[in-house]
Amino acid sequence: MGLLSKKDTKLITDPLADNNPITIQVLGICSALAITAELKASIVMSISVMFVLGLGNVVISLMRNIIPSKIRIIVQLTVVAALVIIVDQVLKAFAYELSKTLSVFVGLIITNCIIMGRFEAFALANGPWKSFLDGIGNSLGYGVILIIVGFFRELLGSGTLLGFPVLGDPIAKTGLYAIGYENNGFMLLSPMALIVVGIIIWVQRTRNKALVEDH
Amino acid sequence: MEHLELFLKSIFIDNMVFATFLGMCSYLAVSKKVSTAVGLGAAVIFVLAITVPLNWLLDQYLLQPGALKWLGEEYASYDLSFLSFIMFIATIATMVQLVEIVVEKFSPSLYNSLGIFLPLIAVNCAILGGSLFMQSREIQTIGLAATYGIGSGIGWFLAILAIAAIREKIRYSNVPPALRGLGITFIITGLMAIGFMSFGGMLTGGDDEAPKEEKTAQVEPAKEQSENNEVIANNIKVNE
Repeated sequence: MGLLSKKDTKLITDPLADNNPITIQVLGICSALAITAELKASIVMSISVMFVLGLGNVVISLMRNIIPSKIRIIVQLTVVAALVIIVDQVLKAFAYELSKTLSVFVGLIITNCIIMGRFEAFALANGPWKSFLDGIGNSLGYGVILIIVGFFRELLGSGTLLGFPVLGDPIAKTGLYAIGYENNGFMLLSPMALIVVGIIIWVQRTRNKALVEDH
Repeated sequence: MEHLELFLKSIFIDNMVFATFLGMCSYLAVSKKVSTAVGLGAAVIFVLAITVPLNWLLDQYLLQPGALKWLGEEYASYDLSFLSFIMFIATIATMVQLVEIVVEKFSPSLYNSLGIFLPLIAVNCAILGGSLFMQSREIQTIGLAATYGIGSGIGWFLAILAIAAIREKIRYSNVPPALRGLGITFIITGLMAIGFMSFGGMLTGGDDEAPKEEKTAQVEPAKEQSENNEVIANNIKVNE
């Protein structure tokens, strides 16, 4: 990391664990839960958010001195909406099936609280390069959780990863299924996403006592 | 009847929080006390009831493929649907500001109770989600759009009220330290969502077939019946 100073590296690595946008800052939950039934959708969603947050942070940071503070929310929303339209059109053109799966949740990146939260908390007060790193760091932290949740939900729910059967064939009874293993279809339903995230939070806070809340 | 069906469906079956996870951020952040939860919930109902019909008009007369026909034949081939995100969010942000100003002027007491939440609402995914679902489910009339907005708002209100009440009580329980606060809230919401899934059979009489099209197809009853018959006929064939 010769390119980045120690402080800059921290901007990227901090949100990965101790200041994770989902489990600690409680931002951007909606999409994390709704689209994680498949690993592929989680990965695409993380990349889309990284694009929007990285670029959006730079744009807002560049404009931070000329935005009147009274109308800054509208300005921010316009910037995000423009970036999200780009993502949406690209997905529709190159991954139509996937954009159907993600349905309205691509549009909902606009109101993803991570984005507004980082604009308000970071980009409005820092230079473009730092804001860019902060954006990348936070979207990585977001992506990590999405990918963990997607991994478990797809593996336990349908026995596949990225669409490839990894546990054997449930119909021909090969692999794990030969010894009586069954897919847990419940993992694919939405409530399990909440419970999986709850368990991730539990594990994380058991490992790091400093994060425990009083209530 | 159509209205009642859509109304109940948007409250219970397609509940914003439990079925689609919209507005989770504010749902988690503002649900520590019942009184604040009620304030935010009321504001959400209010704003959804205004923005969904408004965005329906925009969608119908501006954004849909061929929507510009009223300007003249040569505009009939225009498709501005890619602009819908930016238009919807602009409407929502403006409406929220407008509502804030109007409420402050005419009802200071309501403003004091809703006041701090109104600006928050512009970035609540439940509001934008309401409009986007309204668009993707192709709701047919403006009246139905209003019903859908109010219904989803009430659904969200119920959800945040329920979780706030539970969180007030859970303070007296012995939750494992690492789960306290956020963790247990997630798990309770998961359990509540499982409970809400049982409403799924409400309108279809427990029929597994719960046709997804029902949300979009608001055809005349007679036609619907014949479609249903077809579905049943197909099922019988499959069973045979």
